[in-house]
Amino acid sequence: MDEIALGTLIASTLRVATPLILCALAATLSERAGVIDLGLEGKMLATAFAAGSAAALTGSLPLAFLIAILVGIALSMLHGYACVSHRGDQVVAGMAITMTCAGLTVVLGIAWFHLGGQTPALPDELRLSRWFGGPGGETPMLGLLGHNGLVYLALLLVPAIVWLLDHTRFGLRLQATGENPAMVDAAGVSVLALRYQALALNGVLCALAGAYLVLAQSPSFVPNMTAGRGYMAMAAMIFGHWRPLGALGACLLFGFLDALAIRLQGTPLPGIGAVPVQAIQALPYAMTVVLLAGFIGRARAPKALGQPYVKER
Amino acid sequence: MSSSQAYELPRWMDLGLLPVLNLGMALAVSALVVAFTGQDPAQALSLLLRGAFGSAMGLSYTLYYATTFVFTGLAVAVAYHAGLFNIGGEGQAMLGGIGTSLVALWLGDHYPAWVVLPAMIVAAMLFGMLWAAVPAVLQAWRGSHVVITTIMFNFLASTLLSYLLVEVLKEPGNMTVESRAFGPAALMPGVHEVLATIGIEWPRSPLNLSVLLAIAAAVVVYFWLWRSTSGYAVRTVGFAPGAAQYAGIRPSRQVIVAMCASGALAGLLGINELAGVQGRLLLDYVVGAGFAGIAVSLIGRNHPVGVVLAALLFGALYQGGAELSFEMPGVSRDMVFTLQGLIVLFCGALGQAAAPTLARAWARWSQAKDAKEAERG
Amino acid sequence: MSAPAVVSTVPASAVAMTRICKRFGALRANDEVDLHVARGSIHGIVGENGAGKSTLMSILYGFYQADSGEIEVEGQPARIRNAHDAIALGIGMVHQHFMLVETFTALDNVLLGAEPNWRLGPARQRVRRELEALMRDTGLQLNLDAVVETLPVGERQRLEILKALYRGARILILDEPTAVLTPAETDTLFVTLRQLRERGSTVLLITHKLKEIAALCDRVTVMRAGRVVLDTRTADTTIDGLAEAMVGRRVQLGRREGAAAPADATPLLSAQNLSWRDDQGVMRLNEVSLALRPGEIVGIAGVSGNGQSELLDVLAGLAAPASGSLQLGDQRFEPSRWLTPARARRLRLAHVPEDRHRRGLVLPFGAWESAVLGYHRLVRYARRGFARRGAMHDDTAKMMADYDVRPRAPGLRSAKFSGGNQQKLVLAREALHQPKVLLVGQPTRGVDIGAIEFIHGRLRAMRDAGGAVLVVSSELDEILALSDRVIVMNAGRIAGELPIDACSESALGCLMAGVQPQ
Repeated sequence: MDEIALGTLIASTLRVATPLILCALAATLSERAGVIDLGLEGKMLATAFAAGSAAALTGSLPLAFLIAILVGIALSMLHGYACVSHRGDQVVAGMAITMTCAGLTVVLGIAWFHLGGQTPALPDELRLSRWFGGPGGETPMLGLLGHNGLVYLALLLVPAIVWLLDHTRFGLRLQATGENPAMVDAAGVSVLALRYQALALNGVLCALAGAYLVLAQSPSFVPNMTAGRGYMAMAAMIFGHWRPLGALGACLLFGFLDALAIRLQGTPLPGIGAVPVQAIQALPYAMTVVLLAGFIGRARAPKALGQPYVKER
Repeated sequence: MSSSQAYELPRWMDLGLLPVLNLGMALAVSALVVAFTGQDPAQALSLLLRGAFGSAMGLSYTLYYATTFVFTGLAVAVAYHAGLFNIGGEGQAMLGGIGTSLVALWLGDHYPAWVVLPAMIVAAMLFGMLWAAVPAVLQAWRGSHVVITTIMFNFLASTLLSYLLVEVLKEPGNMTVESRAFGPAALMPGVHEVLATIGIEWPRSPLNLSVLLAIAAAVVVYFWLWRSTSGYAVRTVGFAPGAAQYAGIRPSRQVIVAMCASGALAGLLGINELAGVQGRLLLDYVVGAGFAGIAVSLIGRNHPVGVVLAALLFGALYQGGAELSFEMPGVSRDMVFTLQGLIVLFCGALGQAAAPTLARAWARWSQAKDAKEAERG
Repeated sequence: MSAPAVVSTVPASAVAMTRICKRFGALRANDEVDLHVARGSIHGIVGENGAGKSTLMSILYGFYQADSGEIEVEGQPARIRNAHDAIALGIGMVHQHFMLVETFTALDNVLLGAEPNWRLGPARQRVRRELEALMRDTGLQLNLDAVVETLPVGERQRLEILKALYRGARILILDEPTAVLTPAETDTLFVTLRQLRERGSTVLLITHKLKEIAALCDRVTVMRAGRVVLDTRTADTTIDGLAEAMVGRRVQLGRREGAAAPADATPLLSAQNLSWRDDQGVMRLNEVSLALRPGEIVGIAGVSGNGQSELLDVLAGLAAPASGSLQLGDQRFEPSRWLTPARARRLRLAHVPEDRHRRGLVLPFGAWESAVLGYHRLVRYARRGFARRGAMHDDTAKMMADYDVRPRAPGLRSAKFSGGNQQKLVLAREALHQPKVLLVGQPTRGVDIGAIEFIHGRLRAMRDAGGAVLVVSSELDEILALSDRVIVMNAGRIAGELPIDACSESALGCLMAGVQPQ
C-alpha cells in the first residue's frame, strides 16, 4: 500500500475513532460504577446540537464547549435521577433520553434556525483546526499528526482515565460501587454520590464527543448525525472488557474498519473477491455479538451492573 | 429496619391514575417545548386532533399508523411478560419486511393472492422470529445479555437490508435504492378497495387489510398469554423465575418462546408497510417504529387492550403531527418523536416516581375519610 | 474442656448490655437481656434460630436500635445509631456473608473506605506497612496481593477479620464463623482468635456449635426465645448442660398416636449418600442418606443453614447432587440424569417449598392461577394447550373450602392473602393431587396460631392415609409435635436419628450442636 493510502487510512481511523473513544470512556465510567448507559446516542446528539447552536449564536468556541458540557452533565444527571435516586429501569431511562434528544434537537433546530433541523454552517475560525499539515494524510506521519486538538485530547484521556480508576481513591471506590455496592455502603461511603459523580464525568465526556462532531467533523449539526455511533461506542466498551485501554483498542479497530470499508469499495481482495461494504460495516456489531457469546474470550461485566442499589437496613 | 415506608397503592390507582398522571406529565413537558419554540400548544393540540380524526382520510392514516404500532407494541408487551425488554423490534421488523419481500418477489407473479399473501404473512413472522430467536438462544445458552445483543442485531439487520437492496434486489436501471415492484397478487388490498366492492365510498389511503391482522394479533396474544398453558408458563417466568423453576418450567425455554413470538409480531410490520403500502422493498420502512412500540407498550401497560388503545393514540399523534407540520411550520413530526421519548421517560423510567407521593396522599385522604365517618356514625 | 481462666480479679468490662429489649411487631426478639463481656476474653453466645442472639449483636453493631436498655462500651455509656458509631467505638463485625469486592486484591479490600491518601500509590504503601505489622502482631497470615476471587473461604474470612482490626476494632463480633469452614480452616481460625485474645482484643462468638464454645470460650451466654437462660464460665458447665439450656424444657412432646409405620415396609423414597457443593465450593450436603416409609412423618431438625434446605432442593428435583442416588418408587436417579420437578410430580412426590413468596406462589397471580402452579399441564387443567379456567376455579374453590382459606375468593391476588392462608393454599394445592411423598419446608413460618394447628392436623392426616411426609423446620417444637422419628442435621451431615420416644432435650441439643449425646 502506498504512503498516501496508508496515511489516509491512519488519518481516517483516528478521525472516526475519536468520538467513539470519548463515548466509550464515558460509558466505561458509568458502567464500572454500576449504571447502564444507553443514552450515549442521545447525549451525543444533544451536545452536538448544543455546541453547534452555541457556536452559531454566540460566535465563541470556548462558550460552545462550555454549553455542550453543561448540557451533557444535565442529561447525565437526569439519567441519574431516574435510575439512581428513583431506582428506575436503567435501560428504559437510557432509551428515553436517546429518543427524547433525537426529537428535541430537531424541533429546537427548526424553531431557532429554520434550516430543516440543521444548525448554521460554522466558519473555520469557529471550528477546531489541525495542528499540523494540510488536509491530513499525505504521509503516514501526517496521518498521525495532522489532527485537531480534540483527537489528541481523546487519546490522552485514555491513560488519564486509567490513572483515575487504578490509582486514585475515587477510582477505587467507583469500581467497588459497580461490584459490591453494599460493601461500599458498609464502609461508610455514599453509593449515590459516587454514581452521580461517575455520571457527571460521563456527561462531560459525551459532551466532548458531541462537540467534536460539530466543531471538528462537519461544520453543522445535522439531524441524527450520530448514526448509531453511541451504540458502537457501547459495543467498543464491551469489546474492551470494560477497561479504558481495551475500549481504545476496540474504537481504533472499529474506526479502522470504517476507513477500510470506504477504501475497499469495489476493490477485490485476493481469494475472496469483492467484499460488500455492508459486511465491513456490520463487522463491529457482529464481533461484539461473538464476544458476548463467549466465543472469543469472556467479557465479564461489573457484578452489580444494572441493579439499583437498595439499602438493606 | 428499612427507612422507606412500604406503601400500598390501591389497584385502580396503580393501573388507572398513575399511567394517566405519567402521560399527563409527558404531555405537559411537550406543551412547554412547543410553547418554548414560540407556538401555541393549545392550538397545536386542536390541529393535531382534527388532523387525526377530523376526516375520513385523516382517520384512515391514523389507523394505518396504528396498525404498525400495534405490531411493534405487542412485540414489546409479549417480551415484557417474560421479564425481558425487547429493544430489537427495529431489526426484527426489518427482517420481517425482508421475508415478506422475498416471498412476494418469488411467488407474486405466478400465484394467486390467496396463496401468496398468507405465504408472505408466514414469512414475515418467521423472519422476524429468527432475528429475535438468535439473541434469545445466545442468552439461554451462553448468557449474553439480550438487551445488548438485540441492539447489535438492529444494526446487523440494517446492514443486511442495505446489502440485499443494493447488491441483490435492486431493480436495474432504477436510481432509487429499492426492489422491483411486487406483482399484484402480493399486494394487501386497501380498505378503500374493499369498501368500494360493497358500495361504500372511502378516500384512497394507505390503510389496508393489515389492520384486521393487527386486531387479530392482539386477540391471539391475549388468548395465548392469559388463556393457554404456554402463556401461563411465560408469565410465571416473567413474574417469578423461582416459582417457575419450582413448577418444572424451564425459564430459558420460555424466554426463547417469548422472544420468538415477539419477533414474529414485529415482523408483521412488513406486511402493513410493504405489502400494504409500498409494494416493494425499500430501505426505510421501519424508521423508528420499533422504538415507538416501546412507548406504546409502556403506556398500554403491556396488555393487548392497552397496546391497541395506545397504538391508536400514537397513530393519531403521527397523523396529526404530519398535518400539524403543514399548518404550523414550527412544529414538525420531530415533536411527536420528542413526545414519544418523554412518554418512555415518564411512563417507563420514572413510572413509579410519583407512586410514593400518591400513596401518602391516598393514605391521608382515606384516614381523614374514615375519621369523618367515625365521627358521624 | 479447659479454657484458660480469665486472670484478673476485677475484669475490665469490654461490653456491658443491660436490660435490652427489642420487639419486632408482636415478636419479642430480645426480652430484658443482660450481657457482660470482659475485656481480653472470648465470649460465646449460643442459641437456636430465633433465640435472639443475632438481634442482640445487631443492636451492638448499630444495625438496630434497642427499644429500651443501656449499652456501655469499655466502661463508657454508648449510643450506637449505626455501623459507623460502632466502628468508632472499636467494635468490628465479621458477617456470615462476606462484604468483599471479588475483583480487588486483599489489600484494596482493606483499603476501601479508609484510604489515607487520595493517591493510591502512597496509600497502598502505607496501608501495606500497617497491615504487615498487624499481621505480625496477631499471627494472621494473608497474601495481600492475591485477588479475592482466588482466595479460599477461610482466607476470605481472615481478610474480613483483618479489615475489622485495621479499622481499630478492639471488640470483634463473629457471626457463625465456622459455618463455611473446613475442619482445618476452623483450627486455623481458633489459633487466630486465641492470638487476638493474647494481645488484648475481645471476641464475641455467635454460634450454635457447642464444641467450639468448649474449645475456645472463656464465658458463654445461652439465649432462648429472646431471653438469657444461662450465663457462666465454660469451666463451670458441661456440654450437656449447655445443650439442655439451649433447647429448653418441653412440657409435652405433643405427638398424637397415629398409625405406626411398619419398620419393614418398602420405602417410598430412598436417598443414598447425597453430596452437594455450592458455587463457592463449600460442601453443603455430605453423604446424606435417608429413607421415607409409608405412614410416617420424619422431621429434620437442626439449626438452619446446616444443609436442610439443600436436602429439600435435591430431593424435590430442583438441584442435582454431585454424587449419590435416589430411589423414588421404582425409578432410580443418578446425578447425570437427576429428578426434575415435573417428573417428581408425575411420580406423586409433592413439595411445599420453604419460601412461599419466591417459589410456592406467584404473588401477582390470582389465587386460582397460583393454585395450579406445577400442575398446569395436567389434563384436568389443560385441553389441547388451552387452560381450562373453569376447572381451575372449581378446584381452587374446593381447596379453599377444604383448607379453610380466607377470604374464599379464587380471583383475589395471591399477595393479598395473609401468610397463614397463603401457606394453606400451597399445602392444599399439593395435597389435592394425593401425593405419596410430601416434602415440606418450614410449614408454619409466618403463620398464625390457628392455621398452625390446622396445618399440623392435615400433615398428620396425610400420614394416617399412608403417605410419607418429610418436614424440615427450624422450630424444634414443631418437629417434636409432628414427627415419628427425628433426624438431626449438622454441617451437611446427618448427626443422628432418634425415634420420637428417645428425643430428650439434651440428646437433641447435643446432636444439633454437633456433639454426640453422652
